[in-house]
Amino acid sequence: MNARNTQKIAWFFIWAGGFITILIPISIIGYVLMRGLPSVSLDFLLTPPEGGLSGEGGISTVIVTTIYLIVVTLIILTPLGIGAAIYLAEYAGDSWITRTIRYAIDTLASVPSIIFGLFGFALFVTALHFRFSILSGALALVCLLLPTLIRTAEQAMTTVPRSQREAALALGATKWQTVSHAVLPTAMPGIVTGIILCIGRAVEETAVLYVTLGGSAAMPTSLFSGGRTLSLHLFYLAMETNAFEKSMATGAILIIIVIIINSLTDWLASRFHAKMTGGT
Amino acid sequence: MIKEIEHEAEIQNKRTVKRQSKARFLSDRIARYLVFIDGMVSFLILLAIAVFTAQEGLPLFSQVNIMSFLFSTEWRPTQGEFGILPMIIGSIYVTLLALFIAVPLGVACAIFLSEVAPLAVQRYFRPLVQLLVGIPSVVYGLVGMVIIVPFIREFGGSGYSVLAAAIVLMAMILPTIISISEDSLRAVPSAYKQGALALGATHWQTIWHLLIPVARSGIISAVIRGMGRAVGETMAMIMVIGNSVVIPLSPLSSARTLTGNIAVEIQYASGLHRNALFATGIVLFVLIIVLNSLAMLVLKRGEVVVER
Repeated sequence: MNARNTQKIAWFFIWAGGFITILIPISIIGYVLMRGLPSVSLDFLLTPPEGGLSGEGGISTVIVTTIYLIVVTLIILTPLGIGAAIYLAEYAGDSWITRTIRYAIDTLASVPSIIFGLFGFALFVTALHFRFSILSGALALVCLLLPTLIRTAEQAMTTVPRSQREAALALGATKWQTVSHAVLPTAMPGIVTGIILCIGRAVEETAVLYVTLGGSAAMPTSLFSGGRTLSLHLFYLAMETNAFEKSMATGAILIIIVIIINSLTDWLASRFHAKMTGGT
Repeated sequence: MIKEIEHEAEIQNKRTVKRQSKARFLSDRIARYLVFIDGMVSFLILLAIAVFTAQEGLPLFSQVNIMSFLFSTEWRPTQGEFGILPMIIGSIYVTLLALFIAVPLGVACAIFLSEVAPLAVQRYFRPLVQLLVGIPSVVYGLVGMVIIVPFIREFGGSGYSVLAAAIVLMAMILPTIISISEDSLRAVPSAYKQGALALGATHWQTIWHLLIPVARSGIISAVIRGMGRAVGETMAMIMVIGNSVVIPLSPLSSARTLTGNIAVEIQYASGLHRNALFATGIVLFVLIIVLNSLAMLVLKRGEVVVER
């Protein structure tokens, strides 16, 4: 067989590989949207689920819990993550402390989420007596998401040109004034991208919340009430009830959220890139 | 008189400047400490996870032999029998089967994206594949339950099986394998490629004999990363694998993964049973760290090769 024919065969398989791969997201998204969207209505969004073994009702309390949980998570996560990123990007030299911190972040990023769940369950749910609650879930999520935020924020700060820092320092600004007035504003779109990425992961995460959030279908009244997020609700519907229509509808809403978040981060990232490379 | 007033004003002025700069330097110092503490938080979390998992998991081994924990096939928490071999085999079986499909497909796709596909195709392709990363694992599980499980049921068994789980996992790890492999294929210096083409090699010969060998370490680390994701996946596995504690002898058999074992039972476990679940977590943790160090090692060796 000559080289040209071999190439033709290889090209066939490679195109086939590309074609099969692209069919996977298209078919998953298409299927869930087609099966799910017809059951999505204003009524579905605004009625509370019945919970328990009944799959009836809507998802109003679930939406509230999801938003509540994300807000609490972000309130704790953002200062920690951005602070750590500032330390790594602006202050840290190459010392053993910095290396240890970086190693810890890398390792944390690869720990499977169920381990964070176990940890959250042991520390927040039982040892600290927060019970199955939004607080426990949010704290466990913070541990899970911290590496993601630190990495994206640090990357955003390291792309800020050196000259910008030098100009601020030359004007007599202290290190902190330089960071807060010259570096952070420029890096902000990159940092916001990181935060949105974390929101996306909080929406999709289930394993951690399965063992820290409890799964109550009731409306959350405080930090210490349990609840279920959209993903968790979908899991309960699929595993414990026969309400496939409702779980598909929840799935469709999740997919729509994911698409929105992905386009948002893509758009922000390209804008940030344009800004850093001097385009408009 | 005027001079005196001027002098007074100057002193005042100096004082304000001094006060302001004092505040400036104070805030600078406070900020320095605060961000350092923020930096330490990740390390403390990692430490706390290690300590808590060990503290809750290790007491098991005062009652149960570690060998029988790892290699016994009997998991009957109510009767004090804790053997996680079926779950270890379940996790490894599903992961390998998923990799068996995902690696050829992912690498073909990476070659497609970096070498073959027209720019217009690439532009729509990449965001679509990246969407796979964002889709919640429960949605994968749901689609698996509704489409893949009934399909596999046709071939025997309940359909809730290792094969169904492997197919779902394949879709979940595909983007990881594609993006890291594509990056490493693109990192091959273009001079190498031009050299091969100038020698009269066809495009495919260049890819097969040059690009893939040079990018090999990157591709291997992509596979290991995918493996890490696969071993750690929990919810989608619970939904399609059936969760029965048996050693899966065929792909159509039901099974349980290490992650599933923890998630399914932790909420009602107490005493030794609870210890055993944390010990399962330790096994999982060790497995992931080994895989990760492997990926780092392969990547480091790869760098040396490229430099030469």
